[in-house]
Amino acid sequence: MVKHTDDVGAKMGMWLFLFTEMLFFGGMFLLYAVYRAHYSADFSGASSELNRVIGTFNTVILITSSFTAALSLSEIKKGALRSASVSLGITALLGIIFLIIKYTEWSAKIGHGIYPGSAYFNDLAHGKVLFFSLYFVMTGIHALHVLIGIVVFMVILFMVHSGTVRGNNFIKLENAALYWHFVDIAWIYLFPLLYLLR
Amino acid sequence: MGTDFHTNTEGRKGISSWIFSTDHKRIGLLYLYSILGFFLTGVVIGLLMRLELIAPGKTIVSARTYDSLFTLHGIIMIFFFIIPGVPASLGNFLLPLQIGARDVAFPRINLLSWWLYMIAGITAISTIFLPGGPPDTGWTFYPPYSIRTPTNVSVAAFAAFIIGFSSILTGLNFITTIHRLRAPGMTWMRMPLFTWTLYSTAWVQILATPVIAITLLLLILERAFGTGFFDPSKGGDPLMFEHLFWIYSHPAVYVMILPAMGIISEIVPTFSRKTVFGYRAIVFSGLTIATLGYVVWGHHMFTSGMSDVSNMVFSFITFAVAVPSGIKVFNWIATMYKGSVEVKPPMLYAFAFIFLFSIGGLTGLINSAVATNIHIHGTFFIVAHFHYTMFGGAGFAFFAGLHYWFPKMTGRMYNFRASTVACITLFIGFNVLYFPMFLLGWQGMPRRYYDYPPEFHWNNLISTLGSWILAAGLLIMFTNLARALFKGEKAGNNPWDGTTLEWQTTSPPPHENFAEIPVVTQGPYSRKREGQETGDR
Repeated sequence: MVKHTDDVGAKMGMWLFLFTEMLFFGGMFLLYAVYRAHYSADFSGASSELNRVIGTFNTVILITSSFTAALSLSEIKKGALRSASVSLGITALLGIIFLIIKYTEWSAKIGHGIYPGSAYFNDLAHGKVLFFSLYFVMTGIHALHVLIGIVVFMVILFMVHSGTVRGNNFIKLENAALYWHFVDIAWIYLFPLLYLLR
Repeated sequence: MGTDFHTNTEGRKGISSWIFSTDHKRIGLLYLYSILGFFLTGVVIGLLMRLELIAPGKTIVSARTYDSLFTLHGIIMIFFFIIPGVPASLGNFLLPLQIGARDVAFPRINLLSWWLYMIAGITAISTIFLPGGPPDTGWTFYPPYSIRTPTNVSVAAFAAFIIGFSSILTGLNFITTIHRLRAPGMTWMRMPLFTWTLYSTAWVQILATPVIAITLLLLILERAFGTGFFDPSKGGDPLMFEHLFWIYSHPAVYVMILPAMGIISEIVPTFSRKTVFGYRAIVFSGLTIATLGYVVWGHHMFTSGMSDVSNMVFSFITFAVAVPSGIKVFNWIATMYKGSVEVKPPMLYAFAFIFLFSIGGLTGLINSAVATNIHIHGTFFIVAHFHYTMFGGAGFAFFAGLHYWFPKMTGRMYNFRASTVACITLFIGFNVLYFPMFLLGWQGMPRRYYDYPPEFHWNNLISTLGSWILAAGLLIMFTNLARALFKGEKAGNNPWDGTTLEWQTTSPPPHENFAEIPVVTQGPYSRKREGQETGDR
């Protein structure tokens, strides 16, 4: 096998992957835009049923985790493996907290019978059905990305520990951080579209 | 180094030296064999469909089975043969060779993409055996029927979802490889045209495929949970599915045809003993096709209920795509002009390509005019048109490339007489099979129908006869190649006197492609070194 240590190439690959992620989410944003234009009253009604406080809290958590991800990168560049590991751990932990909060939020909705396929759900106005379906699918796919990010950070943490990722070889950490920032930015758009816009 | 890649197994034995190899040449061949396997499966299904249509009424299968047959034929041929066909097999093998690299940028991701391809393929085929049976929606999975049907639409859609990842990974691998691993002196304007088309294709792959991934995922969620996005009874809009589906699936057409055009752009100058005419024009027309191809998807939906303004805009842009395609055809012909044309098998297939693709392209203009489109939409005319572009175009170019690079890949040469006979048989069979479909469609026979009134009998009968001629051609071609694989004469390193870098290494190439990475000092088709009077490239 050819040995490559082409960091620029690796980063280019990651950026290209993030383009594909953008278009992947783009399909859902397109549906959101079209259905919001069709059913604007239903959408604002349904949106007011979401909990803004929880949404805001989760936003803060995710932005903070992006900060700690960036911090771990600058620490590892300095060779400070220990503080880089701590930042990585905090990033993964904040991701887990985000998911736990998301879980409680989903359970509350499902507890009220608001989920695709329930009898109550199918009796809702068409616009509300579409809004909540979009809510579940968009936050669900986003949460899946968060989950993948957490696993990636755990693996990187292990790699820092074992010496694979270190002061002069941090491209894996850098790419993981790029991915995490994308996950963050996706949420930055999801949050106002689902929770704030009325 | 030194030993060719067939003998250098990187320390692995038997089958695992192939299915776990990260050598781009081995992966290219893995892809080639798997893709041909799916192609032959698709061919058999196609032959069964034609046999059913040989006479009005029921002939060999029930109407329901027929629905499944055309769906499987579409899914297999589109997702598992023609989209990955050229880039993943020939592209994988040749891209690093053509730019003077030792491998692609991400060899392990390359292997992963083949594994995803196989997992997707097995998932798609498994629908035949699962309770509920194979999908019967057509490969386009249009709702609302695809939401209601009890067949395994979700499994098939999931297979297409997985193969999307495979396609994306190949695309981002190729782009990074071309940006990062070109040999010293290989500037952008010295890249071979096949590499250029792989580059344009790779961008289409990564920018369009995610859209179908999310679309199919939403369809699966729709079926599983009733989310309502595409279900009119819940306020959703099936037209949104069509938009999202074609935002990918039209650019995908260019994933099929662009690398095919790249193959022809390699073969024509080689066998005309001339530098290519209008190198820059071919490069930029390829990029233009990739860009315009993005914004024409609506021409699949002229009868679906879009606004007249949308119809007109999509129609206009579709006409515009004909311009760069025409530039390419013009350049190939101009390359042959006053060249010393040698009609060896790859060139013969290239001739067939240019002829068939021109018919496909010109009938495309008939489809893209809104008024005529409304008359022929959903008829056999469309079937004929896209088989002329996809099979007559991309398929024949794939065969041309296969014959052109066969000696490079295997180190052996096939029998010229047999491949000439095969090519002519294929060409005749192809036209007898598909040309009557233009007439049928114009007369109003709808596609995807199991039965037809007696006045359509003659053309259907001729078409079915053509399918048998075509099958005979395929049989001759593959037998000839398979025989050459084991018993062919040694081909030598550069049997066609090609000028691009892949011909400067041994056949088959050594494990890491080149003993020494070449330094590039001139354009890809320059014959200066032989003292001929030609331009810079």
